[in-house]
Amino acid sequence: MSENVSTNNLASSAGLPPTEHNHPDSDSGLARVLVKSWKAPIAFGIFALGAIILFVVFGRDGDSTFRLSTDSDLIQLPEVVLPTRGTGLVISFVLVLLALYSVWLVSRARKVRIWLMAVFAVLFLIAFLAWASAGQTLPVPGLLIGTVSLSVPLIFGALGGVISERVGVVNVAIEAQLLGGAFVSAVVASVTGNPFVGLVGAIVAGVLVSFVLAAFSIKYLVDQVIVGVVLNVLVTGLTSFLYSQVLTNNAAVLNSPPRFDRWDIPLLSEIPVIGPTLFRQTVIVYLMYIAVAVVFYGLFKTRWGLRVRAVGEHPQAADTVGIKVNRTRFWTVSLAGAIAGLGGAYFTLGSVGAFNKEMTAGMGYIALAAVIFGRWDPIRATLAALLFGFASNLQNVLGVIGSPVPSEFMLMLPYVVTIFAVAGLVGRVRGPAASGKPYIGS
Amino acid sequence: MKLELRGITKRFGALTANDHIDLTVEPGEIHCLLGENGAGKSTLMNVLYGLYQADEGEIVLDDVVQHFAGPGDAMNAGIGMVHQHFMLIPVFTVAENVMLGHEKTGFAGRLDLAAARKQVREISERFGFDVDPDALVDDLPVGVQQRVEIIKALSRDAKVLVFDEPTAVLTPQETDELMEIMRLLKERGTSIVFITHKLREVREVADRITVIRLGKVVGEASPTATNAELASLMVGRSVELTVQKDPATLGASALQVENLSVIDARGQVVVNDVTFDVKAGEILAIAGVQGNGQTELTEALMGLQDRVTGTVSLDGRPLAGLSTRKVLDAGVGFVPEDRKEDGLVGEFTISENLMLDRSEGRPFVKGGSLQLSYLSTFAEEKSREFDVRSQGITTEVGRLSGGNQQKVVLARELSRELRLFVAAQPTRGIDVGSIEFVHKRIVATRDEGIPVIVVSTELDEVVALADRIAVMYRGGIVGIVPGNTSRDVLGLMMAGEIPAGIELEGSAA
Repeated sequence: MSENVSTNNLASSAGLPPTEHNHPDSDSGLARVLVKSWKAPIAFGIFALGAIILFVVFGRDGDSTFRLSTDSDLIQLPEVVLPTRGTGLVISFVLVLLALYSVWLVSRARKVRIWLMAVFAVLFLIAFLAWASAGQTLPVPGLLIGTVSLSVPLIFGALGGVISERVGVVNVAIEAQLLGGAFVSAVVASVTGNPFVGLVGAIVAGVLVSFVLAAFSIKYLVDQVIVGVVLNVLVTGLTSFLYSQVLTNNAAVLNSPPRFDRWDIPLLSEIPVIGPTLFRQTVIVYLMYIAVAVVFYGLFKTRWGLRVRAVGEHPQAADTVGIKVNRTRFWTVSLAGAIAGLGGAYFTLGSVGAFNKEMTAGMGYIALAAVIFGRWDPIRATLAALLFGFASNLQNVLGVIGSPVPSEFMLMLPYVVTIFAVAGLVGRVRGPAASGKPYIGS
Repeated sequence: MKLELRGITKRFGALTANDHIDLTVEPGEIHCLLGENGAGKSTLMNVLYGLYQADEGEIVLDDVVQHFAGPGDAMNAGIGMVHQHFMLIPVFTVAENVMLGHEKTGFAGRLDLAAARKQVREISERFGFDVDPDALVDDLPVGVQQRVEIIKALSRDAKVLVFDEPTAVLTPQETDELMEIMRLLKERGTSIVFITHKLREVREVADRITVIRLGKVVGEASPTATNAELASLMVGRSVELTVQKDPATLGASALQVENLSVIDARGQVVVNDVTFDVKAGEILAIAGVQGNGQTELTEALMGLQDRVTGTVSLDGRPLAGLSTRKVLDAGVGFVPEDRKEDGLVGEFTISENLMLDRSEGRPFVKGGSLQLSYLSTFAEEKSREFDVRSQGITTEVGRLSGGNQQKVVLARELSRELRLFVAAQPTRGIDVGSIEFVHKRIVATRDEGIPVIVVSTELDEVVALADRIAVMYRGGIVGIVPGNTSRDVLGLMMAGEIPAGIELEGSAA
């Protein structure tokens, strides 16, 4: 049992003014007691124990070197060298202290704040990196640049998911939108020789997938999740078929798109660590920054966003003030497809440089997890996508420097992080109330 | 603005919900539309508001024929509606809800929230409302939410305002305030259509009354008509307005609830330290405005709530902490407040619903297989006994009227050996004939010597049935008073006040 109830102020609060009324989201006038949640202390305890076992008992000797700058940087930061065993020992000790602190907090019926979890996670991560790179040099900029690269399609996909769910349509078809975008952008860019035209093709592909999703789920009231899953299978099959039957035979004409060049943004790209990570990227990544900002502004600050959210929360209320519910849903889902399709173009025009069978490899589903982990908020969903991207890239980097963890286990890492993040950290959250429910007018 | 409905007819398949209805609302009058649940009042108003399209007939505003394709058209023509189930988005602020659909925007499409706030304040001031434009609707009490609905309609310059069963969720005091607001609106020249089935309210504010029965206008009445006249016009026969019951013959104390508290998932104490008892052969009515902990209290009795503290015992045996199955086996009958959600499986037949909570063993199940012949005999018998009107016991329950659905629930619960009967909102949304039937059965159950708890938000029902009345407010019991306590006192108690000079149970002892 991880929850119990502190009853100390129950009896005393009968008929009296509310005892703990500093809760911001309630004005119901009811007395409150804090429902103690032992989740955080238990998780802290497990990880602290894991830290002791891994970093102290099975600690490794040698020095871990963290390289903070790339060779091309204007400002060179010195390398940080840490003694591996000592670092593990100190951090494990701090982690145990933090776990005890959280136990103390909960026993005093206080909440474990999010910053404490963040500090705990970062410390654990540093200790893990130090342990894994004993006797090696860990390129921190490489780790971060790769994180951004791997996150780009996730972020586009998550934005598409957020918009779509906010208007009340569950977008399981992100995978299909990404894959469709990747395929069409490769072919269009190859034929025209222009990657920008390829981008437009990706958008069109994403929108087309969305049209199918929207038509079936909004007009014909087919279950949204089922349509989404079927679309994923359909697009996977279709692109694989076309790839093996058409693209491989004419690879030079149809599947050798020009890639976007890296654009360094002057000045900004020279900031240590951050510069190479964020400002030495391709145009798709810069488009992504804009997309995140625009989606956030659009959803929360404009008439369009207000209506979208109204339709996703309480479509009947929206209908009674004259908003066309199904039309709004249709075009918003289409927009979601356009954004997700754009993310698909990153596979072919941004990173790999050619279309491959099933090259999205389940990224659409991870993006869906990011939507939920990010609580249907574009900024939070972006951060969640970055976390998943980081986990994927950590696996790559550790594979390169040769970590003691078996590679099969490392391959699991992004998915394990996804499951823990969505199941453990999110807990019970409230999505848009009408998400997944078709609106049948009167 | 003068509103005329001419020969409005609306059919749903074979059912004619509105049959050539004519209605005229003069400028600045309060016109009551009186009718039973299911008489077609709401359908008519949804036609007026553009949510439904009429099959025949026309809507005329100031002698101009209107064609509404949707609510947007109706609003632009000056019709506003305060819906029975509020059309507010709970996670939006008041200002956002009011501006939705006709938003003003500034630079770069940015929402002009300041203008919306100003509008909310302006209208609030004009009518003496106290509404914070930045409050989240979810956090507001229902009475205030209703005002937000009114502000929403007024912000679009509604000249005709339709109130659809607006008092269902209000305390008597809030109802009085609403009547005041209606009169104020009328003075400012707004025409009001007031839909209700509560006779007292009608006579209080109406200028004219139109009575609808089974989709047809059956007559007009003046506000001076007596309750009995209005009721017989509404139902089509003379109605017993009071429940016939003899004085209770009290037995020993059967159900004892002590210091019961329920805490919800957010840590709110939704039922706060409640203590009461029910004697055998007694009806204890739990009165209170919706959402003051009654739902959670009955669910706690039934073992449907986690995080319950305190003790409950029935005939000396502990009931708290038992699973719902065990509670049922202990002889507790339960009519949940939402019959469609919790009381019945809509896609199941009448007979299947009659054995829902008895699938554990004999006589309905032997060796894991259903005893269908026994079930159909049982279902036939109970349908007859409880006057369930249907095409047969294999009819899906979801296709029955509300009254007949409730009779099925009642038949299921009352056909077991009971030691306690809990009925939550037993007559919500059902026709007068069924209400009479349900009330008779509840009184009959009492007279068999079974302790009965009736939870109701309808003061009429509470007063009609109760031997004692417990009033709940914000999760606690304000007080337990005798069944003959006056409405005014009960109304005050429902708002959490204890009027001076009222003797509460327990405080005297």
